[in-house]
Amino acid sequence: MAKRRDFIVRFAGEGGQGMVTAAEALAQTAAQAGYHALTFATFPSQIIGGPTWAQTRISTAPVHSPGDELDVLVAFNREAYEEHRGEVRHGGVIIYDSGAFQLEGGDHVQPLPFEELGKSTGNARASNMVVLGTLSYLVAWPEKYLTDFITNRFSRGRPGDEEVVRSNIQAGGLGRQEAAKWGFALGELAPPSPRQGQQVFVKGNEAVALGAMAADIDVYVGYPISPATPILVFMERNLVGPGKLAYQASSEIEAINAAIGAGYAGKKAMTATSGPGLSLMSEGIGLSWMSEIPLVVVDVQRGGPATGLPTKTEQSDLLAALNIAHGDVRMPIIAPGTVEECFYAAAHAFKWAERYQGPVVVLSEMVLAERAQNIPKPDLGSVVLEKRVVYRGADGYLRYEEPGLSPMPVPGGPGAYVANGSEHDPMGDTTHRSNWHQHMTERRFRKLKLLEDGTYESLNPDEPVVLMPWGGTKGPAQEAYKLLLEQGTKLGWNYTMFLNPLPPRLLDELRHKELVIVPELNYLGQFSSVLRSLGVRAESITQYTGLPFKVRELADRIAARLQAGVKERVTV
Amino acid sequence: MSKKNPEYDFAWCPGCGDFGVRRALEFALRDWMNETRRRPEDTVVVAGIGCSGNMVHMLEGPQPFGFHGIHGRTLPIAFGVKMARPDLNVVVVAGDGDFLSIGAEHIGPQAQRNLNVTAVIMDNGVYGLTKGQSSPTTETGSITSTTPFGKLEVPMRPLEMYLTWGVSFVASCYSSRVKDLARLIMEGMKHPGFAVVHVQSPCTTYNDTHDILKGDIKKGLAPKIWDIPPDHDAASLEAAYEVARSPGIPMGIIYRNPKSASLDQRVAELALKAKPKSVQELVDSYLV
Repeated sequence: MAKRRDFIVRFAGEGGQGMVTAAEALAQTAAQAGYHALTFATFPSQIIGGPTWAQTRISTAPVHSPGDELDVLVAFNREAYEEHRGEVRHGGVIIYDSGAFQLEGGDHVQPLPFEELGKSTGNARASNMVVLGTLSYLVAWPEKYLTDFITNRFSRGRPGDEEVVRSNIQAGGLGRQEAAKWGFALGELAPPSPRQGQQVFVKGNEAVALGAMAADIDVYVGYPISPATPILVFMERNLVGPGKLAYQASSEIEAINAAIGAGYAGKKAMTATSGPGLSLMSEGIGLSWMSEIPLVVVDVQRGGPATGLPTKTEQSDLLAALNIAHGDVRMPIIAPGTVEECFYAAAHAFKWAERYQGPVVVLSEMVLAERAQNIPKPDLGSVVLEKRVVYRGADGYLRYEEPGLSPMPVPGGPGAYVANGSEHDPMGDTTHRSNWHQHMTERRFRKLKLLEDGTYESLNPDEPVVLMPWGGTKGPAQEAYKLLLEQGTKLGWNYTMFLNPLPPRLLDELRHKELVIVPELNYLGQFSSVLRSLGVRAESITQYTGLPFKVRELADRIAARLQAGVKERVTV
Repeated sequence: MSKKNPEYDFAWCPGCGDFGVRRALEFALRDWMNETRRRPEDTVVVAGIGCSGNMVHMLEGPQPFGFHGIHGRTLPIAFGVKMARPDLNVVVVAGDGDFLSIGAEHIGPQAQRNLNVTAVIMDNGVYGLTKGQSSPTTETGSITSTTPFGKLEVPMRPLEMYLTWGVSFVASCYSSRVKDLARLIMEGMKHPGFAVVHVQSPCTTYNDTHDILKGDIKKGLAPKIWDIPPDHDAASLEAAYEVARSPGIPMGIIYRNPKSASLDQRVAELALKAKPKSVQELVDSYLV
C-alpha cells in the first residue's frame, strides 16, 4: 500500500474548547518533524461558544490550501459530529469525546474520552495531547515526534516545566494506547523529505508584521478589528524603543491620519485594518495620494459589506481598494497569496510607498492572516531598504513643481512647504486653477510608472488559455491546476501578487491570451473586471460562501469552463 | 493671493477675525524661536478645512512647515507628526466647524493622552467658507442658511467641554486682542501637553460679532468679553469651571494643569526601558 502524502484533520466543537490550539499544536508537531503543515480556522464572532472548527493539513510537499476531504474528524460535541461528518472521506475516522456524549459506534466512529484521560495525568489541560497521541498513532508516526514537540513547547525555563512536560507526554501515550485498541490505522504517512534551509512557523498576520519590521517600519498606528488585530498586537509588543512607536488609535480615521502625519514627518508608517476600517480610511488614503506622503495600509479582507462576516474569508475588497478614495486615484496594490508572500508583500509595500511617495495597499485575507504554516525562513538579506528621496537644498523650494517625483522636504530640515490635500500649486498652496489641477493629476499618475518592478509566475506560456488566481486563492488554484494537468488538460498558469500596477510584461502576455480564467472569492468577479478594463479577455469563477475554494470543486468548474470552449469568448 | 504667492487664490473677507489671529500666531512663533533658539522649520502648522485653515498659506515672515489636510482631522495628523518627531513644535489651526463638529471625536483621546500640541481654534459661530451654515457654537434661534426657521439646538459651550474632556491647558481670547493672543499661544506652546487657545474670531460676512464681543457704548451694548482677574487660580480645575461657566466670554488662561506630563515624555521614558528585539531575533523566535 502506497504511503500517504497528505493528512487532513478537523477539530470541531464550540468556541473556547481549544480547537484552534489543538490544530496549531498538531501543525507544529508535524512541522518540527519535517513535514509541511498549515492550519485553517473558522469561528463565529464571539469570545466563547458558537460553532467553531479548525483544521490541520500535513503534507510531504508544500501546499497552500486547507484541503478538501477529511481523514479525521475530532468532534467535541454532537452538533459538530452532525455538521461535519459528511466531509470525512471514505475510510476516514471520526473521533469523539465519549466522556461528554455518546454516538452510535461503527468501525470508523471511535470513542475517546480525551478530557477524562487528559485529567488523569494530573494536568487538566492535557486533553489535546491525548488527541494528538491518537492521531500520531493513526498515521504511524514514531512517538518521538510528539515527545519532541511537547519537550520544546513546555520547556520555558519556568518552575514546574518538568511536570507539565511529563503529564503531556503521558497524555500523548494514553491517546496512542486507545488508538491501538481500535485495531486499524489510516496508513502510514510517508516520511518528510529532507528540507532545504531553515523554516519558521508563522501566521499570515505575523508574516506581514515581520515584513514591515524587515522594511524598518518606524510608526504603526492601528485600531482593533478582526482579522487584522494580531498585527496591532505584534507591533505594540515589538515596535518599541527609541524612535519607534506603536499606538492604538481611537478609530480607523485617527489611525490613518496619524500614520500620514508620521509619514509626512519623515517616518515609515503603516496601519492595518479590515473592510469596515478600510471604508473609514478612504478619505485619509486619498489625502496621502493627494499630498504625496508615503504610507502603507494593510487590509486583511473579510466578508463584506458593512460589518459583513468578520471572521470569514473573502476577496471582495479589490475594487474598493483600487479606487479607494473619491476623485481620480488608482491605488498601488500588492496581494500576497501565501503566508510566505505576506512577508515579502509587506516589505515590498514599504519600498513602493517610499519610491513613489504615496499610499500602497497590501490586500491580505482572513484565510492567510489566521493560517499558521511552516515556511522557509524569510530572507532578510533580500529586503532592500528604499531610502526616501529627501530634499536637502535651499529654502524657497517648490515641492510639487516637477512633472513627476520630486525630493520630499522633511520638517526640521530645509524646504518648508505646505503638504496639501486640496489641489495645489508647486509651492503647495491651494489653487483652483485648471492648469495646476491638470499638471498635478498627471504628476500623481505618472509616478505609478516607478512601480512597474513586480515579478510574476508563468507556466506553459504558449497555452492560449490560462488560469490566473490572485491572493489566497493561489493555493487551491495551484492544486486544481496540477490535477487538471495530470488529467491532460491544456492550460497555462499566471500569477502575481502585484495587482496594480501589473508587471507590464505580464499584462502584455495576458492581452494575447484567448481566455484568462480568474478564480476569486467574490460575487462580482472583481479582478477579472479589472483585467477586462485593461484589455484582457478575462472571466471569473466566483464563490462567496465565506470559505476558500475546495480544490476538486474548483478543478471541476475550470474543466467545465474549458469544455464550453472559447467560442463563448469574453469580449473586451 | 498672499504676499509670498500671487498664484494662491484665496482671501479672507475684510475685517475677518482671522487676520488678527494670523498676526498673533506670527508673533508667537517669532517669540518661540527667540526664546528656544529654534528655527522656523522646526514648527509644523497643521490646518483644518475652512476659512481658518487657510492660515497655513497666509502666514508671513519666516516659513514653518505646514499640513493642510482634510476636514476635521487636524488632531490625528498632528498626533502623527508630534509622536513621530517629538522635537517639533506642532500647532493646530482650525475653526469651530472643523474642530468642534466633524473633528470633535478627536479631542477627547488627545486630551487623555495629553498630546503636546497647541490648538488655536478660531470660533466664528458659523460655517463661513461654505457660506453661512449653522455651526456647533451658533446661538439658538439663529437664522442661517441651514436653519431658515431658527436654530433648534443649544450651542456647545467649548470652554467647559475642553475642561471636561481633560485638556490640560485652556485659554480664551478675542482675535482683535493680538498681543494678548500672541502671549496665550506662546504659553500654550510652552505648556508640556495638550493646549487649546479658543479664539473668538468673528466672520464679518455671516456672523459679525465684533460689536457684541467688545461692546458698543453708542448702541448701549455691554462688552461680552471680560478679563479673567489676576487672582484666578488657573491650577484649580474647580476655579476653571467657574470661569468657563460664567456669562460672557472670559479672556486669559482658564486652566493650566500644573502636573501635566506630555505623551511624548511618557513614551520616551517607556522607550528607554524597552528591550526591542532585532528583526533577526524576531524571525528566529519563530524557527521550527
